[in-house]
Amino acid sequence: MRGLVQAFQLIITRDPALFEIVALSLRVSGMALLFSTLIGIPVGAILGLSRFVGRRLAIVMLYTGMGFPPVVVGLFVYLLLSRSGPLGRLHYPLVPSLFTPQAMIVAQSIISFPLVAGFTMAAVMGVDPQLRQQVQALGATRWQTTLTVLMEARVGVLVSVIAGFGSIISEVGAVMMVGGNIEHSTRVLTTAIVLETRKGNFDLAIALSAVLLALSFLTNLVMLCLQGRVFDE
Amino acid sequence: MSGLIYQLQDVSKSYNGRCVLRVDHLQIYRGEVFSVVGPSGAGKSTLLRLLNFLEPPTSGSIHFLDAEFGPDRPMPLELRRRVTTVFQRPILLSQNVRANVSYGLRLRGQRDSAHQVEAVLEQVGLAGLAGQPARTLSGGEAQRVALARAIALQPDVLLLDEPTANLDPYNVGMIEDIVRRLNRERGTTVVLVTHNVFQARRLAHRVALLLEGRIIEIADVDTFFQSPRDRRTSAFVRGEMVY
Repeated sequence: MRGLVQAFQLIITRDPALFEIVALSLRVSGMALLFSTLIGIPVGAILGLSRFVGRRLAIVMLYTGMGFPPVVVGLFVYLLLSRSGPLGRLHYPLVPSLFTPQAMIVAQSIISFPLVAGFTMAAVMGVDPQLRQQVQALGATRWQTTLTVLMEARVGVLVSVIAGFGSIISEVGAVMMVGGNIEHSTRVLTTAIVLETRKGNFDLAIALSAVLLALSFLTNLVMLCLQGRVFDE
Repeated sequence: MSGLIYQLQDVSKSYNGRCVLRVDHLQIYRGEVFSVVGPSGAGKSTLLRLLNFLEPPTSGSIHFLDAEFGPDRPMPLELRRRVTTVFQRPILLSQNVRANVSYGLRLRGQRDSAHQVEAVLEQVGLAGLAGQPARTLSGGEAQRVALARAIALQPDVLLLDEPTANLDPYNVGMIEDIVRRLNRERGTTVVLVTHNVFQARRLAHRVALLLEGRIIEIADVDTFFQSPRDRRTSAFVRGEMVY
């Protein structure tokens, strides 16, 4: 109970440390979700609607990715971006360095991408196959047909985005490994909760957990509102 | 009737190596109601998909207006959009009736189509249901929305794939009236696929019998029903099994 009271106090007093952590959490997970959505929805639509050589293999890989432990993704990104890693040694400006928010965005994008793509694929595969023939008969191009199918599958597509967000906002292993939980730099809500628990500051850990839960709830609520009355249809 | 709108030459369609349609020669004239009758599995729907350019033929060519459609010759979009199909099962978008009817127009970039949509809904007797969600419609109403969606495009050719199967007599009569008016007043070419010989007789100018993927006989409606040349046509018209 004291944790909840403290959470409330931290919010109404606009605690700068808390707001910094919340802002970074939203920035990292928001950017990662944006990238995984921009890539995942088209990939899911292509896998759901097209037939090509290697499709089955791609689906198996996607399903595997959906259950991939975030800590393994963290390790993979760590090795990739470390100074002696295949990307890190290039010193290319677009390749993020380890222990930066950008590295955390890369890791979270990889975690959420299979969920967004996989659920989108399942959603478009659930649309009546006759619909594609019908809209083509009405003069739709291939692109218009795909957009129409995605619109018909919008509830499932929205679920894919929500699932993607849920998988990264609450994720701790990968961001800890590639971010390092550095104060004022890469500390997000989940890594802060781990740290405060280890230090024995359970009230603060509970307060941060309450904020994380509220944040997750509010984000999902906003997503639903953005989709209008889609769930009431 | 004036001039050819379709000409099919040596057209075949196979799936997984199995030939389901083989049409040596078929001509469809502009402004006619041409009906294709035959039992289930005869290849009628396959023929319609080819006429709507939804699938290429395995071999042969389909001339539509001045263009040729073949295995490696896709139909240009602007010509493809002059043909549309109403299928047996109306598949409507999970939106309201108005949005469904304007769908094809929106595909063509026509954003301001309110008057056109209202007029078409009036024509099919659904003016009062414009704002209603499509999923709440009865089967007959849904099929009339599908027909309105096709008519709104003012196509040169309207393809009808068993459009009144499973509908009550009221809706059957209404849909037939709409098709008849469309053909008479706008000169729309109609290709009607049905296994209902009575409907073909009521609507068509010419009728073809399709059996096992092959056209057995084509004749004007009176000849087809009163003095067919082929014994299989006679049997089908009499309602006997013809396999």
